Amino acid sequence: MTIHADHSAPETAVEDHAADVRTKFGISVEDYMLPARHQIQMVNPDGSLRSHDEQGTEPGHEYPTPSDAELMAAYEQLVVGRRVNDQNSALVRQGRMAVYPSSHGQEACQVAAAMCLSEGDWLFPTYRDAVAVMTRGVDPVEVMTIFRGDWHGGYDPKEHNVGIQCTPLTTQLLHAVGVAHAAKLRGEDTVVMAMCGDGATSEGDFHEALNFAAVFHLPVIFFVQNNKYAISVPLSHQSVAPSLAHKAVGYGMAGERVDGNDLVALLAVMDRAVKLAREGSGPLLIEAHTYRMQAHTNADDATRYRPDSEVAEWQAKDPLARMKSYLTDKGLLDDEATNRIAEHAEAVATQLREGLGEDVPVQPLDLFKYVFAKPTPQLKEQSELLASELAREESAK
Amino acid sequence: MTVTTTANGTTTANVSAATANAAASAAATAEATGPQSLTMAKALNTAMADAMRNDPSVLVFGEDVGMLGGVFRITDGLMAEFGEQRCFDTPLAESGIVGMAVGMAINGMRPVIEMQFDAFAYPAFEQIVSHVAKMHNRTKGKLKMPMVIRVPYAGGIGGVEHHCDSSESYYAHTAGLKVYTPATVADGYRMLREAIDSDDPVMFMEPKKLYWSKDQVDLGALRAEHDAGTSTEGRAAVARPGTDATLIAYGPSVPTALAAAAAAAEEGRSLEVIDVRTLVPFDDETVCASVRKTGRAVVIAEAHGFASVSSEIVARVQERAFHYLAAPILRVTGFDVPFPSPKLEHYYLPSVDRILDAVDELQWED
Repeated sequence: MTIHADHSAPETAVEDHAADVRTKFGISVEDYMLPARHQIQMVNPDGSLRSHDEQGTEPGHEYPTPSDAELMAAYEQLVVGRRVNDQNSALVRQGRMAVYPSSHGQEACQVAAAMCLSEGDWLFPTYRDAVAVMTRGVDPVEVMTIFRGDWHGGYDPKEHNVGIQCTPLTTQLLHAVGVAHAAKLRGEDTVVMAMCGDGATSEGDFHEALNFAAVFHLPVIFFVQNNKYAISVPLSHQSVAPSLAHKAVGYGMAGERVDGNDLVALLAVMDRAVKLAREGSGPLLIEAHTYRMQAHTNADDATRYRPDSEVAEWQAKDPLARMKSYLTDKGLLDDEATNRIAEHAEAVATQLREGLGEDVPVQPLDLFKYVFAKPTPQLKEQSELLASELAREESAK
Repeated sequence: MTVTTTANGTTTANVSAATANAAASAAATAEATGPQSLTMAKALNTAMADAMRNDPSVLVFGEDVGMLGGVFRITDGLMAEFGEQRCFDTPLAESGIVGMAVGMAINGMRPVIEMQFDAFAYPAFEQIVSHVAKMHNRTKGKLKMPMVIRVPYAGGIGGVEHHCDSSESYYAHTAGLKVYTPATVADGYRMLREAIDSDDPVMFMEPKKLYWSKDQVDLGALRAEHDAGTSTEGRAAVARPGTDATLIAYGPSVPTALAAAAAAAEEGRSLEVIDVRTLVPFDDETVCASVRKTGRAVVIAEAHGFASVSSEIVARVQERAFHYLAAPILRVTGFDVPFPSPKLEHYYLPSVDRILDAVDELQWED
């Protein structure tokens, strides 16, 4: 195993970084770390391309438009993601799933977070990021197992380098930092995507993770989906910072704001972040402005804390309609492609209906099987107790 | 293996050099064959150094563990020997330390991390309880958590507030954690090596008042024992054989129990002392065998008695050995008060007298 790291002395690190930034972008470190004055937005809600000087970019914050092939592949995932969100909500209503925190409205963020990564990279999602996990390649039914209720997780994190769908807010950001740190020590060029929401930025682990990543100069992208609400509490009750992206400078990393319903801008910003992180620029913080179109979960009633007019306003900024009209105008999306993509989405929805529609028998003795790698005598005893209860039930049938 | 570091400007050291240093230092320690006088601090330090020599994925990090060698000097010399990529200081944030260790364990490392003091580990409680303990289970064993969280714990050193908590019961109560606590110098080495080898997360509770306790130990023999795969997990030790009653103790309370047994012997009473060693998993067999033999037992622990490891021990023993008992099992524990200030701690801590008083209460007249 090869281990190497560059834990430079702090003064040297700051000087190097400043010199790097000046050479690379021709601006001061502060101007590099602070987000651009406006969020990065490339496509208007009506699908028209914004002129270059209206995209929010500034020197050091310039973003090339993603390739047509990337845009089409991402659009396909966007359509699949929307279909999956709506299929899952239906499955909850039918009692096939215990709960589903839908990312309806945030699919562009979901897709971009997964698509900007390479195969060896890692993604650390939250419970609302099922679409990102799927986009990364994890089997859709395995992704939803956590919500079906027969186990706390359904996939092998190492198969596609995707962490667990984490519930305790921002605790997974530190796991992302650790994965990046271990990779760096082995000399691997792994980039790690660490996802959280706006409310989560109030948590202590958000601070600790950003600080650790910055101090150890690790290739972690902290991706905050600012969907405006933490269950019912609006962002104004979480933070009065100029923006969440502004928090980056306090840790000594670069921050950027992007229109989270503009898939083109998201891909541009995320692709560049991944490239910079892989080149050794250290961590970055990206805040995407989006909106949770539905309630927190099916157990929540969003009408208690936000007006319909606000929801309607965001409906007009829908990422799907915008992308569809942009790609159609660009001549990339014709009826044939539209039909093919719709069929793909329907096939995934069918897979979910079938996979989650059947009752998978639970294995009660699995309760004891995985608590430890090396089991304890006490758990063996308790397992035997349950086994004898089950045997009695069986013989009474 | 190549190690590149830019610690002092730009030093690039091939690890063969580091390995040579390590080997030289190992040889230096190993040269002293046969029993030698060693502190528990040195035994723990040697255990980490040996583990780091054997396995490049073993990393040591925490607060002040690098240049300083830890506030108790348990990691002394590790950074110098293995380089600052394998032994390093982190920002001052316990949740960050444990959370980062979780990620490292996911990605192939075996972190050995230090919480500076018992009560300073509490900010990491969420990471420990929600992830360290549960990751293996929720992923059906796909993600293992081979990490050791070292916690200097308990009192007896005249420490100020937040420096003397006995926090072992919080961890022992959490499904998915193993909890080790050595009471002897030899066990310090043995148990830390085993904890580092373990694919399960281990809360390694180090009785800080015993750091400077000395014993004659044979490191060569301990290393051979380790290499042969000898295990102490779930195996309590009979620290002193006896016939009349059993004192069940662990960690910092073992020497106190032994002193009580010595005092009792002078009064003609033969007390057996059991050193539990690993609280999770618990060795029901050894403990109950002793109590069945003696028919009487006192459990001794520094932690508050209420809802604690000591209450668990009493419950387990009476469930399994009720018909052998000549008297109720008694406990000598810390009072259910916050750990006291230095000038008051001796009123709180289990003492020889308090143990002997408890032994006297074990219905000998029947």
